[in-house]
Amino acid sequence: MIRIFSILAGLFFTAALLWSFGNGAYSAITDPAAVTAEEMFHKHPKQLALASDGAFGNFDHRQLQRGFQVYQEVCSACHALSQVSYRDLKQLGYNDDEVKAIAAKAQVPAYNAKTGEVKSHKGLATDHFPPVVYGGQGTPPDLSLVTKARHGGGAYVYSLLTGYQNQPAELLKHFPDAKVPDGLHYNPYFVNLNIAMPPPLTGDGQVTYGDGTKASVDQMAKDVSAFLVWTAEPSLAKQHQTGWPVLGFLLFATVLAYMAYRNIWADKKH
Amino acid sequence: MSFPWANDYKPSHPFMQWMDSRLPLPRFVYDAIGAGYPVPRNLNYWWNFGFLALICLGLQVVTGIVLAMHYAANAGIAFDSVEHIMRDVNWGWLMRYSHANGASAFFVVIYIHIFRGFYFGSYKPPREMVWLLGVVIFLLMMATAFMGYVLPWGQMSFWGAKVITGLFGAIPLVGEPIQQWLLGGFAPDNAALNRFYSLHYLLPFVIVGVVVLHIWALHIPGSSNPTGVEVKSESDTVPFYPFFIAKDGWAALAFLFVYCAVVFFAPNMLGHPDNYIPANPMSTPALIVPEWYFWPFYAILRSFTFDFFFIPAKLMGVLAMFSSILIWFFLPWLDRSPVRSGKYRPLFKKFFWYGLIPSVLVLGYCGGSHAAEPYLMMSQLAAFYYFAHFLIILPIVSSIERPDPLPFSITESVLGHDDKAALGGKAALGAAA
Repeated sequence: MIRIFSILAGLFFTAALLWSFGNGAYSAITDPAAVTAEEMFHKHPKQLALASDGAFGNFDHRQLQRGFQVYQEVCSACHALSQVSYRDLKQLGYNDDEVKAIAAKAQVPAYNAKTGEVKSHKGLATDHFPPVVYGGQGTPPDLSLVTKARHGGGAYVYSLLTGYQNQPAELLKHFPDAKVPDGLHYNPYFVNLNIAMPPPLTGDGQVTYGDGTKASVDQMAKDVSAFLVWTAEPSLAKQHQTGWPVLGFLLFATVLAYMAYRNIWADKKH
Repeated sequence: MSFPWANDYKPSHPFMQWMDSRLPLPRFVYDAIGAGYPVPRNLNYWWNFGFLALICLGLQVVTGIVLAMHYAANAGIAFDSVEHIMRDVNWGWLMRYSHANGASAFFVVIYIHIFRGFYFGSYKPPREMVWLLGVVIFLLMMATAFMGYVLPWGQMSFWGAKVITGLFGAIPLVGEPIQQWLLGGFAPDNAALNRFYSLHYLLPFVIVGVVVLHIWALHIPGSSNPTGVEVKSESDTVPFYPFFIAKDGWAALAFLFVYCAVVFFAPNMLGHPDNYIPANPMSTPALIVPEWYFWPFYAILRSFTFDFFFIPAKLMGVLAMFSSILIWFFLPWLDRSPVRSGKYRPLFKKFFWYGLIPSVLVLGYCGGSHAAEPYLMMSQLAAFYYFAHFLIILPIVSSIERPDPLPFSITESVLGHDDKAALGGKAALGAAA
């Protein structure tokens, strides 16, 4: 009895699926989905090699400091870094005094419960990076986690920063209506090709690196990408440093346990 | 119950004797996972995954309790509190990555455990109860995992919660009120987050309870085995301790090795980047997908793209998605083949390897992709096979199939001969009864 019900239920589900399949196939033939401009022109991130890559990756502190400088002087005009606190910067190799000095340059808003006012105070090492007020077009995302929040991670940020170009004539040939809207900028690494952010890194020497590295656009883009990999995962190096001994121990323990197993089962055919 | 030849617990130390006559907890352990539990000697490595599942459950409970000490279930600060765990809590990143990847590991293990049951007929008499309780555990796991994924309150948390609770909206007439009642509002917000957190903490302990029943029910008939031939005599079994403690032990360490490699070196491999963007009800992600372990079911949900007579496509999808698991409850009565193990079922074996496994893999692949062609047509065909397999093929195959000859006993399958078989098996059968 149960098998009759079962077969009836099976026919019900399979018939409904065939119905959907047939309809879907019919419309796929008669009305095939048109290729979109995004599908044709969107590009995957370029290659970017960072010191933090791979299972032995560690942060290059000098590069992180350069990237931090690019963030401070360029990105921070529009993008917040709310998950990061100034004291975290010690991990980049700054000492206490340098961290305090960096924090003191910022104005951090705080609510005063006695007066009811929101007043800014000079940043302290314990403060997080303050929120950024932005009134222009688009919504600049918080950058704290951006390299974990996009496919491609640091390579995506690097590609985006160096990927601005004129809209290809071929695109307009295929999609005459797809002209870049006013105020947006063509960038094939951005998800829908048109990004509100104007090219932030415009020319060599936009920042002056303290360590003498030449500040080319490519170099600045690499450095700030490396910095944002750090802001998203400050414990990355520690993960790698902890991971190897853990795996080493587990390998040893596994081999030992395997030998114990072989020993115990030695006389037992199975 | 146990076999007559099972070792009896005989405490020698006066304290253990005192204990045994008052609260026989050591005896309970001895009979459950100690020398007092005889297990078929021929279990292969597919039989290790029950033990591994237990380890996963333990890992999830321990890491979860630690995370709960630092997490704040409030829609305003939940996302930041997770980042606080990652950045400021000592070893917080380890706890969170262990927990997030622990969920994935748990599902890998449990899927292998379930499919081992499918292949070797572990659901058949006298183990129906073990199977039914197992399906209950799986359903509880799905609910727990779903609610856990909502807690970080990222984009995928929010939109996943919206889509899944939206399924209840497909129920005719009462759907929308039920959906609002479940969420405590019109969309996922603080009320939903708080109840999900509460239930996410509760359900694992319910799972622990059902796991106890699952193992208890298993111990009544004893473990099944790859031949599917029931235990007949003492030479068919070995005591759980030390034999299977040793085997499960080394398998567990090997499993932990792989698990830790992911936790330390690729902790975000199985996650979705969008969940590192704080939840934003005003911005819908381009692709809303659940975690990978729900992809096959998600693909079934999305396979129904056209209304079927008077049944709306969405309702049909919801019905099918829930049915795809609920039919497992009926499995012991759908597959009536007297032969338990797929090893001796030539026809069943073909449908399992060339039908069920590929269809589930295709469903999994499509469930993680955009709901567009060709993924829809692929998942429709795969879902077609999936339902046909359980509801139509299994009942028919089990009545027309001619199984291969079975070994007389486990001992014979292992040693190539069994002395008791020469006696016509009567002595052995007498001993087993």
